[in-house]
Amino acid sequence: MNAPLYEVGAFGDTASLGFALVLGIAFGWFLERGGMGNANKLAGQFYLTDLAVFKVMFSAIVTTLLGVFWLSELGWLDLPLVFVPPTFAIPQLLGGVVFGLGFVMGGLCPGTSCVSASTGKTDGLMVMAGMLFGVFAFNEMFPLVERIYRSTPMGSITLPELLDIPFGVAVFVVVAVALAGFRAAEWFEARA
Amino acid sequence: MSPYLAGVGIGMVLLAAFVIMGRGLGASGAFSSAVAAGVSTVAPERARTLEPYAAYMGDERRGPLVDWLVLEILGVTIGGALSALFAGRLRRGIERGPRTTPRARLAYAFGGGTIMGFGAKLARGCTSGQALTGGALLSVGSWIFIVAAFAAGYAFSPLFRRQWT
Repeated sequence: MNAPLYEVGAFGDTASLGFALVLGIAFGWFLERGGMGNANKLAGQFYLTDLAVFKVMFSAIVTTLLGVFWLSELGWLDLPLVFVPPTFAIPQLLGGVVFGLGFVMGGLCPGTSCVSASTGKTDGLMVMAGMLFGVFAFNEMFPLVERIYRSTPMGSITLPELLDIPFGVAVFVVVAVALAGFRAAEWFEARA
Repeated sequence: MSPYLAGVGIGMVLLAAFVIMGRGLGASGAFSSAVAAGVSTVAPERARTLEPYAAYMGDERRGPLVDWLVLEILGVTIGGALSALFAGRLRRGIERGPRTTPRARLAYAFGGGTIMGFGAKLARGCTSGQALTGGALLSVGSWIFIVAAFAAGYAFSPLFRRQWT
């Protein structure tokens, strides 16, 4: 097998939109099944009463990471053709802080607000409306924030590249940290 | 469903996106497309010239809404609704803390959404495009975002304790 299929020309743009819809349906399904459409549950993450957000997010990351590693080792996935979001250290640090504030205030993140809204929750719809307004505000203010936005560009760089360690070692460390995190999460929930 | 199992499911979907498309999942990008679509109907010149709009104007003939992430997020709303429907959880309501009025909850939701929208633009992505997708590819900036977002969530959580507990 030669993948990514789209990147090697297995199908065109119209088909890619069909895959977007199907992958989105599966994504939304598992988000809802994991309880991620519920703002109270998500907010529990920040009061250490319900750590489902951490569990869902890190079991997803570990699953994908192991899949990417082995498919690439076996030569089935051409990893350099997979788009790695480029790093801009300072805006991603500041953006992360602002995002975290909005997350604990709104109780949902952008993707989960769509699940919350489509399962009938008005608060999810309001988070979506806020998102639109926040994006609009950022865009209108763009000339003011442009310098920060473009600062500290580092290109598409990964942790193993930055630390100069083998990919497999980085995968092992992330999996080990996630497993320790799951144990800690169960401990916090038992205590809450 | 156990949150671990749901996470493995999401991980398989994300892996499938990498294998099929060579790109991951996202959410905030679809909001950028929607805003670009809105502004382009009211102020087409501004949408063409100001970069954060122009970057999401898409194909000139098909418009900003015929876009990979817009279709994916449309799928997310359908998939979420189907899951809730089959589980008997599809009903109207407002999720809020025990001491929070519906009005206050909706105000917090709009405010939180606004702040997140701004932060996601500055960080070039949100919990889907940065934390999940970039995190699973071990992108340096994505891990900066993950640590910063969770640290800030905990740091600011006392301000909203009354709202949630």
